[in-house]
Amino acid sequence: MEGKKVSLLQIFGVFAKIGAFTIGGGYAMIPIIQREMSKRGWISDEELPDIVALSQSAPGVMAVNISIFAGYRLRGVAGSIAATLGSVTPSFLIILAIAAFFSAFRDNPLVERAFRGIRPVVVALILVPMVNMAKKACTTWWKWLLAAAALVLVALLNVSPIYILLVVIVLGFSVSYYSGKWKR
Amino acid sequence: METLSLILQLAWTFFLVGAFTFGGGYAMLSLIQTQVVVAHQWLSESAFTDIVAISQMTPGPIGINTATYVGYSVLYEATGLQWMGVVGSAAATLALMLPSFIIVLAIVHFYTKFKDSSLFEGTMGWLRPTVVGLIAAAAVILVVRVAWAGCVPAFSVVRENFVDWKSWLLLGAAFAACYWGKINPILIILAGAVLGLLLY
Repeated sequence: MEGKKVSLLQIFGVFAKIGAFTIGGGYAMIPIIQREMSKRGWISDEELPDIVALSQSAPGVMAVNISIFAGYRLRGVAGSIAATLGSVTPSFLIILAIAAFFSAFRDNPLVERAFRGIRPVVVALILVPMVNMAKKACTTWWKWLLAAAALVLVALLNVSPIYILLVVIVLGFSVSYYSGKWKR
Repeated sequence: METLSLILQLAWTFFLVGAFTFGGGYAMLSLIQTQVVVAHQWLSESAFTDIVAISQMTPGPIGINTATYVGYSVLYEATGLQWMGVVGSAAATLALMLPSFIIVLAIVHFYTKFKDSSLFEGTMGWLRPTVVGLIAAAAVILVVRVAWAGCVPAFSVVRENFVDWKSWLLLGAAFAACYWGKINPILIILAGAVLGLLLY
């Protein structure tokens, strides 16, 4: 990143905020990352789908991978450590508190009622960045087809996303390589 | 001494889990389960189920939550000391993240270096729409459950997430607020929690 250097403490703080509101998994993190990071000019709208795609291509927890990736773009290795520690600290503290003190948390009716309201909201928050990305990424009919194929394979046929990504990487790379040669 | 070797075993187990799960939290859960419940028998099946439920209900990535909770429980059960539980949760959580660190840093290095090459841009042109489909699938899976009877799919609504018709209103309202209203997603989640308390 060019220009003003972002402080590690600031990276930690922003990712702690993102981590505290990521409910249910890495995808739910995307709208909050988009909001918090583009607000500060840390990331361009073009960069976000790249970060998501490449973070998914590595093993492990997706939210952690996204944090490592985004943190590195801001301040290198130190930035990725600050982002990752930031994004896991809230959940770490909350889980420790529950494990140590509130073993009855799950059976608390208030918690269950609040979550009945939160769960459908999370679905909407996953859909919003998807629509925004689709408008930028799906520029031709075959790109829409690619998106639809990925959707069907994962949601209907239970194919693991990693296989889909690997196949698409190989396909995309070969096609770009040969069409590049062709033009020359 | 015994405790130290338990911590090391725990860390090694979660390191392997971190290195070999692709495809998000739910894929990770089954791997953690086979290691922690079946192979090492550190926790009972029912204790593990409770841990997963709580990990889903608390904020944060589900894989991290589960690792933190399992690390705490295993060390606390073995020693009876709460501070050892904290050590266990730190060991499990950090070990889980370590493989990602190494691999993602390699990828991001490559990305930074080749971002502007036409070959990379061409490949990303294929990858970006695919990610759109993957995100759509993540949302669909939270709403619809597919059961296959031979070659015939049967669809049903995921009742844990969509309790009744009010859930659909919440989904629509949240989408409108975020997409057209440009309201901060964090505020929308908090509003969802408050509405859940009021409506149910």
